[in-house]
Amino acid sequence: MIILKAEDITVGYTEVDILHDVGIRVKSGEIVSIIGPNGAGKSTLLKTIFGILKPRNGSVTLKDEDITGLNPDKIARKGISYVPQVENVFPSMTIQENLEMGAFIRDDDYSQRIDEVYDLFTVLRERKKQKVGHLSGGQRQMVAMGRALMLDPQVLLLDEPSAGLAPVLVSDIFEKIMEINATGVAMIIVEQNAREALKMAHHGYVLAMGRNVLDDKGEALLANEEVGRLYLGG
Amino acid sequence: MEIGGIIAYLVSLAIMAGIYAVFCLGLNIQWGYTGLFNIGIAGFFCIGAYATALITTPKPTGMYAHYVQQIFGLNLPFIFGLLGAAIICGVIAFLIGIPTLKLGEDYLAIATLGIAETFRLIFNNEHWLANGPRGLMGLPQPLQGLVDPRHYNYIYLIVVVIIMVLIYLSIERAIRSPWGRVLRAVREDEVSAGMSGKDIFRFKMQSLVFGAMVMGIGGALYAHYTKAISPDVFTPLYGTFIIWVMLMAGGSGNNKGAILGAYVVWGIWIGAKFMTDFLPYTLKARAPYIRFLLVMILLEIILIYRPQGLLGEEKKVSKLIE
Amino acid sequence: MAELIVYGIVLGSIISLGAIGLSLVYGILRFANFAHGDFLTAGAYVALFMVTGVLSWIGIPDNTFGSLSFGWRMVIAFPISMVVVGCVAIALDRILYRKLRQKGSGAVMLAMSSLGAAFIIRMIILIIWGADSLFYRPGLMRPALEVPLGIKIRPDQILILFVVLFLVVLLHLFLKKTKMGKAMRATADNMELALISGINTERIIIWTWGIGGALAAAGGILYGIDVQLHPYMGWNFLIPLFAATILGTIGNIYGALIGGLTIGIAQQVSTAFLLPTYKLAVAFIIMILILLIRPKGIFGKE
Repeated sequence: MIILKAEDITVGYTEVDILHDVGIRVKSGEIVSIIGPNGAGKSTLLKTIFGILKPRNGSVTLKDEDITGLNPDKIARKGISYVPQVENVFPSMTIQENLEMGAFIRDDDYSQRIDEVYDLFTVLRERKKQKVGHLSGGQRQMVAMGRALMLDPQVLLLDEPSAGLAPVLVSDIFEKIMEINATGVAMIIVEQNAREALKMAHHGYVLAMGRNVLDDKGEALLANEEVGRLYLGG
Repeated sequence: MEIGGIIAYLVSLAIMAGIYAVFCLGLNIQWGYTGLFNIGIAGFFCIGAYATALITTPKPTGMYAHYVQQIFGLNLPFIFGLLGAAIICGVIAFLIGIPTLKLGEDYLAIATLGIAETFRLIFNNEHWLANGPRGLMGLPQPLQGLVDPRHYNYIYLIVVVIIMVLIYLSIERAIRSPWGRVLRAVREDEVSAGMSGKDIFRFKMQSLVFGAMVMGIGGALYAHYTKAISPDVFTPLYGTFIIWVMLMAGGSGNNKGAILGAYVVWGIWIGAKFMTDFLPYTLKARAPYIRFLLVMILLEIILIYRPQGLLGEEKKVSKLIE
Repeated sequence: MAELIVYGIVLGSIISLGAIGLSLVYGILRFANFAHGDFLTAGAYVALFMVTGVLSWIGIPDNTFGSLSFGWRMVIAFPISMVVVGCVAIALDRILYRKLRQKGSGAVMLAMSSLGAAFIIRMIILIIWGADSLFYRPGLMRPALEVPLGIKIRPDQILILFVVLFLVVLLHLFLKKTKMGKAMRATADNMELALISGINTERIIIWTWGIGGALAAAGGILYGIDVQLHPYMGWNFLIPLFAATILGTIGNIYGALIGGLTIGIAQQVSTAFLLPTYKLAVAFIIMILILLIRPKGIFGKE
């Protein structure tokens, strides 16, 4: 079943359009990776889905509901969470408080959800009273994902989760992403680390110059010679 | 009031507006062209006025020295007063720029505000420096002997206008030079100017000092017009904010706007004075506050609805960058 | 000297109340609110209006508590004034600053607008009350107590310290324990992420102004009780407020508390060597030194 669908998205910051008629589909429980060169508009697509940018044209549909142009807080309530690439934590607050902020719009008792997030990222539980600004990059990324998971989203949008991390940590983070996915959360991942991203993905999209270039199963894209030469560095 | 009286009044109004126009031009260099947020104009006003007073008056002697104390008195001609005021203001601006220009705009604002308040305190309290709260009197006026003292204001108006025009022309020239283009680039987007932090600091410093020197000349012009100065003149309201309102009203980044704003706002200010004359007696003592209230409301309206001012910014120069 | 330090703590605690509000606003909205000093003035005069006007008209008794200089009227006027000034701060945001924010005006335009607002507040006070110094209770003798170390201190001043302590603890609990308080800290930390998390940042901004204004009002009333009321009192606090805020690192309320106390003590101790009128210049010099040595303040990261 298709859970999230973006169609014919055209969007830009000022007068210049960054995306032209871009489309993407996510089936429930699937990981979808978006790869492409710098400036292809990958992050812009995530921001548009989450309502931070308003598309000039096109639509975003969650299950059967049109959510185009809604504000981020509304979209979060509908079941999509978003982890920005940078500045994705509240550095002067503790880990526990960061997770609480993730649940800001929840009025019910979310202590069980916090426990589940700590079960996923056990290293965070030991340090829940520590300020996030003092953590390492990998742990921060975990806090950022933990915050986004607090609303128990159906779809998680991850913008370059491995950016700026040491190679050892990158595989850790990808492992966590697989674990999160195993709990049934569908995901869209934008990655520079394209090869790894496609290995995890059920489905992959290649974006270039703000347009759809190609989309196929993850393995198929990995096997595709042209993709390998142009986007996976040989 | 008879015709002669009205004309004399208009001349005095034109002189004060002209002096304020000089301040507006100085502020326009700093704010309009470089984006420097100076809210301590009153400080440069004060220093410029005191500098010229000390340079152009003789040091009191004899009995007189008991009543008037001043650190020195050089008894030099008017023109040296103007130059001295400009130089001292430039030096002070340089010293303020060192700790603040590398930081955000707000820091310069707070620092200039602090300088203005501090100098007012110093001139008020240090009697040996410039006679404390009573201030200095008897400043000479240029070309004094030429006409009947009753008509002297005509001469002074010409002096003010000539100096204002000279400053206007020199700023226009500077702004249209490569130096001016860099200044605007610094203001618009520091990174795109493609310079190192050190270069940006240097250009901001030059603009701050240049603007402060112009303000120093403004202060000196004021001092020789009123012939007497005391620290209570240089308040934030008369010395700083009315000048901001003038520049905002005229159009920051536009030298003609700066001059126009000075004349328009000073006209409104004086006009409001006539209006408050009709207030009931009990409110009359508080009329200046009502006028300032109106001017400040005017400022807020300009900021929200017409931040570009009456004339707006001249686009000629920025086209060259793009 | 010990006495000057104690007086410095009293003055510093009042500065802290203002500096905390200034720092909160600066931390979230990223502009220097030059009207903050005049919030102190407004608070003091609103309380004066209550004490000598409304409350005496209603018939609240004009008593004093023991050796303190005020009674029930002030107890009632104090929180009312805090609320009123909090609302004034919010109103200024709605009328002026929000419009400028929505137009995308820069921090300097907002600061300029706040300067205008500062004068509007002050001119209204000058029009209503005139330029003279006023007291909540003119002509009252206010004897000082003798405490160890030969320090003379008035009962009012001891109470001021407790009131400030109470308000700071209250604010601390609000920021650490309540959902709104935490959301406020989150917004100061990272406004974009707060929005992404579904926090209604416009509501946070309203709360920030309300709290900042109310704390400033409290500071102004306490200064009025300790010294006197004057239309320029808040303006004279502006440089010390900024010095305290910068010293304690912008956005850090505990830093603002420490900064306020430091500036207050420095200002009072300086009167041993300098004319008291130079207090303002002392705060200014300290601020310049901080900018030269450690522009991000004691808690700032390089």
